[in-house]
Amino acid sequence: MVRFENVGLRYGLGPEILRDLSFLIPAHSFQFLTGPSGAGKTSLLKLLFLSLRPTRGLVNLFGHDVSLLGKDQIADLRKRIGIVLQDFRLLDHMTTYENVALPFRVMGRDESSYRKEVIDLLKWVGLGERMDALPPILSGGEKQRAAIARAVISRPHLLLADEPTGNVDPTLGRRLLRLFIELNRSGTAVVIATHDMALMDQYDARRLVLHQGRLHIYE
Amino acid sequence: MQGGSCCTRDGCTSMSRPNHQLGPLLDLARDRPQLPAQARNMSPIVPRGSIAGTALVAVVAIMTFLASITTGTVLLVGASAAEWQSEVASEITIQVRPLAGRDIDKDASAVAEAARTQSGIVDTRMFSREESARLLEPWLGSGLSLDELPVPRVIVARVQPGTAIDLEALHRRVMQTAPSASVDDHRAWIERMRSMTGATVIAGIGILALVIIATIISVSFATRGAMAANRPIVEVLHFVGAGDRYIANRFLRHFLRLGLEGGLIGGGLAMLVFGFSESIAGWFSGTPVGDQFAALLGTFSLRPSGYLALAVQAVLIAGITAWASRRTLLTTLNEID
Repeated sequence: MVRFENVGLRYGLGPEILRDLSFLIPAHSFQFLTGPSGAGKTSLLKLLFLSLRPTRGLVNLFGHDVSLLGKDQIADLRKRIGIVLQDFRLLDHMTTYENVALPFRVMGRDESSYRKEVIDLLKWVGLGERMDALPPILSGGEKQRAAIARAVISRPHLLLADEPTGNVDPTLGRRLLRLFIELNRSGTAVVIATHDMALMDQYDARRLVLHQGRLHIYE
Repeated sequence: MQGGSCCTRDGCTSMSRPNHQLGPLLDLARDRPQLPAQARNMSPIVPRGSIAGTALVAVVAIMTFLASITTGTVLLVGASAAEWQSEVASEITIQVRPLAGRDIDKDASAVAEAARTQSGIVDTRMFSREESARLLEPWLGSGLSLDELPVPRVIVARVQPGTAIDLEALHRRVMQTAPSASVDDHRAWIERMRSMTGATVIAGIGILALVIIATIISVSFATRGAMAANRPIVEVLHFVGAGDRYIANRFLRHFLRLGLEGGLIGGGLAMLVFGFSESIAGWFSGTPVGDQFAALLGTFSLRPSGYLALAVQAVLIAGITAWASRRTLLTTLNEID
């Protein structure tokens, strides 16, 4: 599904912050991406999400060499990827329901075709009562769940989550981890970037450890 | 979720998960009761209030107003000039100058008669001495006896519309009748009129071009400002897989609406100005300024086709606003990604 070969990344003329990354993310797989702060976890997630292009090396995503893709093709590929960012990135002028339904709206689907699906998912993540609420009045945990619901609503092939439990208490963190595990069981490949060892200890999964720009894989 | 099904993996986005299969994760909601959903997609993706529209509407309105006034004035000048030209071109003036040893009245009558028989001339009219005196009054004052002055006699020959007069033949015929006669078909004057009208039109086009350039620059700045203010929305739309064209179109609707609002206000005001221009001209009639404008622009009344041109121009400026906005949007989106 995702193949990196000797990938390097630098910002501008600065030092290379990711060096010689070579790894595979198979379909239906589950992995934690970890490493100390500043190790380049977010940069690697951005490479996986096609927000950044590698300075060198090959990135192959869903069978496409990303260096050959145009902007429209990248947009199409992103529809197959869900991403959860640390700062949620919910649109404050839209209700929780509208935020979660946004991927379907962008696809041009009629609301009646996905309404039940969005409501079911919102209930499933415990936001059934909050679907008319605007993000500014949601708690941190509710925002996190809304952001996760938006990332998974279109059943992405690949889910990327950047510190998804960073803003929630341990109990909710465990619940969110279960959500990701369930998603993975339904066929979505999951990459969770975290430095929360306690979270990783709760689930036996592959670990991709970034250290000084290099990647070490623990199967 | 286990055991949930999806129609196919590739390109499929619809989930079909029976509720009883969502059991393992329902604990996320235990702390809150589930209420019936009322939510709907009502909010625009780009909120209207996030674009500083009032200033842009004002700029587009002012630009459209200036453009409309320019176009209307050019149309008025053009119509008046065409009217003058057709009037002047349908007449030929023959002057008979006094010559020692010849009777000017007899010569003038003979020339009028000779001109009348020329092919293409439908009528001739000889100005009387009193009429000639009135023509000279602005320069020589009233109450002057012209008997002592060598004042030429003027004959106006009306040309059949659409006929090309053989001026050489007319000139020869008139010269044979009276050697001191001269023929003037006003060609030089018409040429000057054409030059003046052309200059007015070129000046008008120049002003329109400046107005359009200023509009494009203003709209580009406003678009960049709006994009900067809405950058988080653009980024989120990128995250959920929206292409640049989709995002640009969300913004474009706002700018097209703002452009239409501005165009409607500016164009409407300009139309009102032209609609009331006859009344306004009436207030100044009798004053030197009023008389000059009346001489230049006639009655100030714009024809229905002129109003149509102003309406089309207002829509065009709204379109230019949208085009400039789209161009800036796509450039900015390239930079954001």
